[in-house]
Parts: sequence; structure tokens; C-alpha cells
Amino acid sequence: MANDKLQIKKTSKTYDVVIVGSGAGGGMAGYILANAGVKVLMLEAGPFFDPAKDSHQLKWSYESPRRGASTTRPFGDFDAAYGGWQIEGEPYTHKDNTAFEWFRSRMLGGRTNHWGRISLRFGPKDFQPDDGVSDAWPITYDEIKPYYDRVDQLIGVYGTKEGIENEPDGIFLPPPKPRLHELLIKNAAASVGVPVIAGRGSVLTEALPNNKDRHACFYCGQCGRSCKIYGDFSSSSALVIPAMKTGNLEVISNAMVREVLTDEKGLATGVSYVDKKDLQEYSVSATTVILAASACESARIMLNSKSARHPNGISNSSGLVGRYLHDSTGSSMSGFLPQLMDRKRYNEDGVGSLHIYSPWWGNNKKLDFPRGYHIEFGGGMRMPSYGFGGHVPKANGMVPDRNGNKKEAGGYGASLKDDYRRFYGTEVGMAGRGVGLARYENYCEIDPNTVDKYGIPVLRFNYTWTSDEINQAKHMQATFSEIMHAMGAVVLNGPAGPETNYGLDKPGKIIHEVGTARMGNNPRKSVVNKWCQAHECKNLFITDGAPMVQQGDKNPTWTILALSMRTAEYILDQRKKQNI
Amino acid sequence: MNRRESLKALSITAISTGVLLGACKTKDEVVVKGTSITANEDEAGLQHFEVERNQKLLSEKFFTDHEMATITVLGDIIIPRDERSGSASDAKVPEFIEFIVKDIPEHQVPMRGGLRWLDMQCLKRFNNSFIDCTAQQQIEIVDEIAYPAKANPEMQQGVAFFNRMRSLTASGFFTSKMGIGDLGYMGNRPGKWTGVPAEVLQQYNMQDHGYEVAFRNIKIKQL
Ligand SMILES: Cc1cc2nc3c(=O)[nH]c(=O)nc-3n(C[C@H](O)[C@H](O)[C@H](O)COP(=O)(O)OP(=O)(O)OC[C@H]3O[C@@H](n4cnc5c(N)ncnc54)[C@H](O)[C@@H]3O)c2cc1C
Ligand code: SF4
Repeated sequence: MANDKLQIKKTSKTYDVVIVGSGAGGGMAGYILANAGVKVLMLEAGPFFDPAKDSHQLKWSYESPRRGASTTRPFGDFDAAYGGWQIEGEPYTHKDNTAFEWFRSRMLGGRTNHWGRISLRFGPKDFQPDDGVSDAWPITYDEIKPYYDRVDQLIGVYGTKEGIENEPDGIFLPPPKPRLHELLIKNAAASVGVPVIAGRGSVLTEALPNNKDRHACFYCGQCGRSCKIYGDFSSSSALVIPAMKTGNLEVISNAMVREVLTDEKGLATGVSYVDKKDLQEYSVSATTVILAASACESARIMLNSKSARHPNGISNSSGLVGRYLHDSTGSSMSGFLPQLMDRKRYNEDGVGSLHIYSPWWGNNKKLDFPRGYHIEFGGGMRMPSYGFGGHVPKANGMVPDRNGNKKEAGGYGASLKDDYRRFYGTEVGMAGRGVGLARYENYCEIDPNTVDKYGIPVLRFNYTWTSDEINQAKHMQATFSEIMHAMGAVVLNGPAGPETNYGLDKPGKIIHEVGTARMGNNPRKSVVNKWCQAHECKNLFITDGAPMVQQGDKNPTWTILALSMRTAEYILDQRKKQNI
Repeated sequence: MNRRESLKALSITAISTGVLLGACKTKDEVVVKGTSITANEDEAGLQHFEVERNQKLLSEKFFTDHEMATITVLGDIIIPRDERSGSASDAKVPEFIEFIVKDIPEHQVPMRGGLRWLDMQCLKRFNNSFIDCTAQQQIEIVDEIAYPAKANPEMQQGVAFFNRMRSLTASGFFTSKMGIGDLGYMGNRPGKWTGVPAEVLQQYNMQDHGYEVAFRNIKIKQL
């Protein structure tokens, strides 16, 4: 460095829009704006990532020295995520003894490179709940439906039309057929009154009309590694890279945004960031700023953007930025299906998203918790990886051996080797994903004592579950037990009891954290309006999960995409009217 | 397997690798004792710290030769060669275990201590370390730690060690090319999934009605 003096380098160009983050929310906004001819700069804290080059698709377990173990990547060595529950030099903290696990991916496309592709719409009652407990949104399903429809057509999603009121149908590609264990689950669940329908996932089971860059799925079941042929939805492959091709969207990777810059009137003028490669400070100017760094990270940027006009952080006189943080609930059970022992081998990789699931079927008037949950199912003959067969030396004592005799659990040698083969592909698992209530008391805030390695103040979390979520988990465990029993499955893990809150995962673990800048009509009770526009800074928008008032039991990303598309078009409209 | 045989098995597997060690800037072949795992030279899709970490772990040695020999004998007792496939050491399971204990350090103390526990039991009983015992003596002691439910309480530490050793052996074997072939996993290749094969449906007395009837035929439980 010729000159060691720290200074902020200002780019001379003024962009129409600067977008912070390239995940679902940032990617969709960038795609819509760039295609409309707006000049966009996208700042992404992680490196550039193109699934066509960077995916580990079709690698074998033995190509990883740790055989796919999750030592450096929480979902295994081949999973696409750069990041995880902890990132070196970028801590987060907790208030009192509360728990919150925060999963961050730092890469072009964010967490959409490796998400589960489960693509569910929120239903009419998710926007306008009638349970007397959870809060209503300032918008209805009917207002969002046209955007869901267009997201379906732009990105592609498979599923079946079922006509269930609060599980709205989309514009679907054909779903993948059920696998053997999924048929067994479907029949067993039906016998105890739990519905099972085709999954809904953003995988191209057929080529998308009018899209030559993305190809139809070839059924490797590895979407979590990201797809080299762009057969599934990643924001990188399906939105950002195509948006760059318009010539209207530039990406600066390794750009970690500190704060939103404002003028004396309190309007946004751009953002400042640290370049993670050269560690220099930069600022960029734009007439509109979009935050899409993920719900908690956007809240962090807002809280760190303090000025005379925004003493509590930008657009935060309500004090609600960071409040109403909520994740989905999760609880699970697993076991094996003795009837599948010694099963015939064939390739059942299928797609890397859900083939089947159970939409919520309950009636809360008769239950001791509000709202509900859906069930996701797993199992089958998967590629063996680290941890393979861990249950076999226990399970082999629970069922008769080849000659019908009882066997002592454990063992070694030829007979154990044979057991590993016999048990291969017999596992079955189920996981509930439900509504965690958005509560004022659960929040993230700036930790007054801690900064990250770039000197940016970090988040401190305060989150506790209540009896509403715990009772829901209890109900999940009871339902799982019934289905397992009806299938003749042997349960290996569960049922979880009160000592573990019925297996209820820690807050954050389901990675559906949203709600930190909730939308509403009343600026004293919300942070953004129904267009995701900051109440107190009209050229600042938020297009990740932060504006969600109350998430349904459905995974949030399809709704993030629909809302982001809607906000981007609102920005186009407001630009035309010269309001921003 | 006696000691000489097991050492032979080790030396067969202590082959050269194409690993580029941290200190070694050339692409020359580098001999890493006790490992045959090659670091991925293609950095696409890898973060720099991951490549560095892999190279560092591959250049280090954790187990002593004696420990590796013991792991080799034990691994082949757990997964021996049979008519369908080779043994744990044929699939280079000991090298995998050497790597994984460096990768996941929580394995280190229980593995090192467990191996020593085993040797001390054998020394007291047979006046030999485990690998120098006869095959019959080796099996005698393994029998006492391989069945958790019927093991004597004073053998519990051995049971815990054997559980871990057995898991690591199964992980290493069935994720190798040989083990995946043995299991008959047929995927990880482009294809078209068209549903459960007809003969399999028949075997389970099932019909695939497709999804059309799945939901509508179910009587929803009144909660
Ligand atoms: C394993 C896993 C499975 C999942 N499965 C599903 C599923 O099946 N269905 C579903 O609906 N959802 C699922 N999710 C959740 C889904 O991934 C998220 O809802 C979605 O990615 C959120 O999009 P986003 O744009 O808000 O944030 P992200 O996708 O997290 O993107 C945010 C981006 O902003 C960048 N960024 C952060 N801070 C800064 C900063 N200061 N400056 C610049 N850039 C910054 C990040 O690097 C990142 O690239 C899953 C998540 C995980 C991890
Ligand atoms: S299952 Fe299909 S979409 Fe998913 S990674 Fe494989 S080929 Fe791509």
C-alpha cells in the first residue's frame, strides 16, 4: 500500500439502484429492474459463484477426503454453502441465556444455492389469519397471487393442483413420482387421517418454455450442491447471471456493506462497504437503495445506519427494527422400515427437493396451539456418505436375521457386513415445519460491546419459544408416532418427550428467520409500508424476509420472491412518477 | 492377520500421492506416509481455507505405525473380505480413519486411548499387544466388546471404543468405490426418474396411482 492512511474511496458514478445482497430477495429485484433498463449495482459480501462451474454435482463420496462429513460445511462437504452457523471473524452474540442459531451463506446467490427448493405459497389465512392470536398483514393473498403466478412461470415449480384453501395451487410443472418409501408413507399417513400430496419444488421437471439457459432436471437428487445445468432455482443461476447479461446489472463481490448513507433530509444517498479482498473502504451513490442481505443482516445494516435524522438507525423511530424476529418450528423423528430390508436396488435419486409432503390439516379450535405445521419426509437409497450405517449395529438386534432368529445387537465380521447391505435404503424420517409466532419479545439488536473483524457492530439475539410452539412440537411427535406405527416402522430416534420440549429445535435452526422490519400501515407499529418501502426513508426498500408480518407454516422463499418482484415493480412505477 | 501381514497391508497402502503440500510448490509426487488420499487440486467450488486445511491435514501424521497396524487388523475383523467385496483395508479404510481423526479431532483421544486400552487388556491376558495375539485371542477379546447389551460392565470402555471404531470402519468402507459397489447404490448419474419399477410395486402389493387420487381419497382426521 503506497499510502496507509485510511480513507473512503468514493465512486464517481451514481447508480439508479444499489442492491445489498444477491440471494432470493436481491436477485429477484435485480432481475426485474435490470430487465426494465434500470442501472443497478449489486453488492455481495461473498465471492462470485456460478453453479455451472462451482457445483460439486455428481462427485462421489470418495472424492471428498472426509467422505462428505460436515466438518467445514454444515450440510456436508459437497453442499454448496460458503458459510454456515459460524463465520470466522464475524461473530454474533446472545442476550441472557437465550438461544438463536444463525445460518449465513456468503456467496453470489446467498442461501438459494443450497436451499431445499421447497416452494410453497402462503395462503389466504396466512396473510389474514382468523385464529385471534397472530397478526394480519396489510395485504391479502389476492394481492400477491399475480406475483406468485409470475414467479412460478419465470422460475418453474412442480406440484399438483389440490384445491386446498390455505395451500394455494400454483402454475405447476409435473411433480416427480413418489419413491417406494414415499408410497408407504402416503398409505400409512392416509390410514391415520393425515393427508399427503405431491411436493412443490423449484426444479425443472420439464424445460421452461422461453428459457434456453436452463435445462430440464436429470434426476441426480443433489440440488443442495447447486445444479450445473441450472435445472433448479438458485438466485445466482436463474436471476443474477441472466440479469448481468442485460448489461444493466453490475456485481461487486466480496463487498461487505456497513451502512446506508443519508443526506441531511434523511434520504438514502448510497451505501458504504469494505472490500474483503483489499480491505479498503468504499462508498457508492444511488438514487434508490434496496436491502436484501437476509432478514437479520438487513436489520443489522439499518441499526448501524445512524445519523442526525435517524438516531436509532435508519427508519427506526418505532424502535421495531430487529423486533418480531421469528423462525419456523421444527421437530423430527426417524427410524427404519423392516419390510424394506434386502430391497431390490435401482436408481431412485429423484429430484433434490420434496417428492411428497403433508400440508396442515388440523382444526385449531380443538387444539392447544395456534396455526399449524406441515410435514416433510425423507428416506430411500441415497449415496452413502460419512456416518453411513451408524444405526445398523443397533437396529440389527431389533429384527430377526435372515434365518428368522433373534440376533444380538452389534457384532462384526461377515454377518455384520451383510447387515449393512440388508439395512441399506430402509431408513425413513419425518420433520415438522410449523408456525413460530412473531413476537415483540423476540429480537436481534446491536451488541453494544462487540464488532466483527471489519469493525462493524454485530447482532445480539434474544429469542425464546413459548408453550404455543412447544405444544405444537408435542403434536408433531404424536402424529409422527402414529404414522410410523401405521407403517410398521421401527423408531430409532424418538419419540421426543417434555425434557427436550418434544424435540423442538432451537430458534433459527430451521433457517426461516424473518420479520425484523415488519410491514404495516401504521408507522408507529411497523418499519416498512405494504410495498416494503421504509416509512421514514422513501428511497429505501427491503426485499428479503424482513418485512414479513407473520410467516405461515410454509417455507418463506417463494413469498420473498413474490414480494421482491412486486416491490421492484413498485420502484419502477414510482420512478416513472418521479416520486423517488 | 499377524503383525507382519498387517504391516504389509500398511505398506501397500502407504503409497505416493499427488498432493501438493503446503511447503512443496512443485507438482512432484510427494510421499505422505500412511495416506493415499489426494487433495483436490481443482479449486473450483472450494473456498481457499478449505484447500489449505485439506493440504495441511494430509501432510500431518496422527497415528503411530503401531496404532495404524492395530486399526488395520481391527478394521478387517469388522469388515472382512467375502465373496462380494474386499476387506476394510482393501478399501483403504485405515487411511480414511487417519484422515478423519485429524479432520474431526474429537475422535482423537477416544481412538488413541481405546487402542491403548485394547493393548493393555491383551497384555494382561495374553502377554502380547493386540496385533501380536493369535487370531483366536483377538476374536476372544473382540467378542467381549462387540455386543453392547451383553458386555460385562468392566468392559464398557472397550465397548465405547469398539462402537466408534465400527462406525468409522463402516463409514470408510461403504463410502469407498468398493463399498458403494458392494451396496449396489445405482444413482449419481444422469437419468430420468419414472417411479417405482413395476415389479417392485408388485412385490409390495402396491399400485402407484400417481398423485391424482392421493389427497382426495383420504379421510382427513378430525382433530
Ligand atoms: C439448508 C437450507 C435449506 C433451506 N430450504 C428452504 C426451502 O426448502 N424452502 C424455502 O422456502 N426456504 C429454504 N431455506 C431458506 C432460504 O434459503 C432463505 O429463505 C432465502 O435464501 C432467503 O433469501 P434472502 O435473499 O433473504 O437471503 P440470502 O439467500 O441469505 O442472501 C443474502 C445475501 O446477502 C449477502 N449479504 C449479507 N450481508 C451482507 C452485507 N453486509 N453486504 C453485502 N452483502 C451481504 C449474503 O452474502 C447473501 O449472499 C433454506 C435455507 C437453508 C440454509
Ligand atoms: S436433481 Fe435435477 S435440478 Fe437438482 S441438481 Fe440434480 S439435475 Fe439439477
